[in-house]
Amino acid sequence: MSDRVARLLPWLLVLPLLAMPLYVDGSWLIIGILGMAGAIGAIGLTVLTGTAGQLSLAHAFFLAVGAYGYAFLAAGSEPGGEASGLGLPSTVAALAAVLLAGLAGLAFSPVAARVKGLYLGVASLALVFIGEHVLRNAAPLTGGFNGRRVPTLSIGGFELTGRNPELVVLGIPFLERERLWYLSVLVLVVSIVVATRIVRGRPGRALRLMRDSAAAAGSMGVEVRRYQASAFVCSSMFAGVAGVLTALAFQYIVPQYFTLLLSVTFLAMVVIGGLGSVGGAVAGGVFVTALPLVLEKFSTSLTFLADPGTGGLDATMLAHLIFGASIVLVLVVEPGGLAALGGRLRTLVRRS
Amino acid sequence: MKIVQLLFLGLSLGSIYALIALGFVVIYKGTKVINLAHGSLMLLGAYVVAVVSEHSNFGLGVAAGLVTAGLGAIVAERVVSLARTHDHLVPTILTIGLDVLLAAELSRRIGTEVFSMGDPWGDARVTLLGTVLPQARIAATIVGIAVIAAFFVVFRMTDFGTRMRASAEDAETAALMGISQRRVAMVSWAMGGAMACIAGIFLAAFPNAGLDHHSGIIALNAIPAIIIGGLDSSEGAVLGGLIVGITQSLVQGYADALHFLGGNAAPVAPYVVMLAVLMVRPSGIFGSKELARV
Repeated sequence: MSDRVARLLPWLLVLPLLAMPLYVDGSWLIIGILGMAGAIGAIGLTVLTGTAGQLSLAHAFFLAVGAYGYAFLAAGSEPGGEASGLGLPSTVAALAAVLLAGLAGLAFSPVAARVKGLYLGVASLALVFIGEHVLRNAAPLTGGFNGRRVPTLSIGGFELTGRNPELVVLGIPFLERERLWYLSVLVLVVSIVVATRIVRGRPGRALRLMRDSAAAAGSMGVEVRRYQASAFVCSSMFAGVAGVLTALAFQYIVPQYFTLLLSVTFLAMVVIGGLGSVGGAVAGGVFVTALPLVLEKFSTSLTFLADPGTGGLDATMLAHLIFGASIVLVLVVEPGGLAALGGRLRTLVRRS
Repeated sequence: MKIVQLLFLGLSLGSIYALIALGFVVIYKGTKVINLAHGSLMLLGAYVVAVVSEHSNFGLGVAAGLVTAGLGAIVAERVVSLARTHDHLVPTILTIGLDVLLAAELSRRIGTEVFSMGDPWGDARVTLLGTVLPQARIAATIVGIAVIAAFFVVFRMTDFGTRMRASAEDAETAALMGISQRRVAMVSWAMGGAMACIAGIFLAAFPNAGLDHHSGIIALNAIPAIIIGGLDSSEGAVLGGLIVGITQSLVQGYADALHFLGGNAAPVAPYVVMLAVLMVRPSGIFGSKELARV
């Protein structure tokens, strides 16, 4: 098989994705939507951690900026509403929320450009904890402890995440989840293309050189600090996109979601997928996001799982054990993660 | 004398954090890994202390806890060393995986229970210079100072300390001089684990409520401490720990006056201090600067 065909092969996966809403019900679609949101966030983190060699545990914070930013900008300040809003058109609000996440990354860049590698990883913990604190306390903006509702996204009266106006395709009514599914597929494809260009192109080469030797990169004319900061900004914008999608999927966001655990989950995604690989990040993102949800869905038929809160092994806990074990196993056995396995598979296909 | 009271409380809390921070630093010096499984190791040690002291006595419990945490740390180190890679991020990410595993298993065992440590101090209080302090915190300060002093004696004055310092300075040369890097690594992790266990006991003791499945997360409070003090400096870890303890205690004590910070700002305050320090001194107060400038 020729090289080009082998490279185009993954894109064929998009076709079944497009047909999915015609065949599966809403509960599966929401798992898929959250999985795709996870994949987009993971792409951002793999560019930062894998390509630029900067560890970040602040990813949950930037997701929160995207999610809450959208909710705040798009919500009208209805009387008696729990939290205020600017009432921007929702598409503008979504784009602005992504920019806002980028700006948050930029605001952190004086620190991000000064410390690197491991230091940055532990320093970025600060953002998660400070962010969570702000989310809980800035009640007019965030709804405080109880969170806030997320307005629907619409273009010119057509709700992309709602049910108005009615739309029926091939006898299937397209409701919130079906519409959001297509939006997620579109955004995911765009994210993959953009990230691949960054990683394979000039910026990616500069970042990799910087990761391996900052001094060498500097002497080759790479402005190290500027690149370090822009890698951070770029990664936080991907996180912002993931945040907006997650908010649209949940329709209601609470501070308890955007904690250190979420950051660690994202790190698990990029490690399992293979650090620095965009395709791996997508696979890892979908796997890590979907696993607990799928386990929960089947928890009644999986008899070895206990009900949550009874002290036994419940779905969330089993998922945690699996993530933890996969991080350790991947790094010990196959540091290239799923991406390296995929690469081997491709070589096999090409040889045969 | 509210301020004196708060400072005393802050110092005692700070000495607990200093123990955790020193553990981070020892492990970092020994193996260039930031052990993000430290919180779970602390929880493991304290959990064993609680369980054993319930069935026998506190002294035996502490001994069992120290051994378990130390052995647990050695196992963690062995697993981390399995990853043969030149990427310095990989071992640290691996410790996150270990943390997730250990935390999930411990929270399954602990469930919704809250353990008491069975320590001899209980909820007794002492009056000192017009302030009222919990006896457990005074014990924490004394034990903390003793352990830290012992650490510095070992580190500075024994043969073994010399081997550790040499390896921290230049692992390759040290290995060529016949210093077993594996032993240095294992011992530094065991020391870190044991110190975390001691800290865990005092963090669960009065005035805190006890040990629950979430207690491991408190170890993360030592992260600002090591960043403030400098990742590779033992003195820095102690100073950073004290700064974090005092900051938390002051913010907690003056919560009414600091109302604009929002509710429960004490756990967050050290991170703000840490960001401020990072802006001025990117490698912390005592941390060694990186020489390559670009």
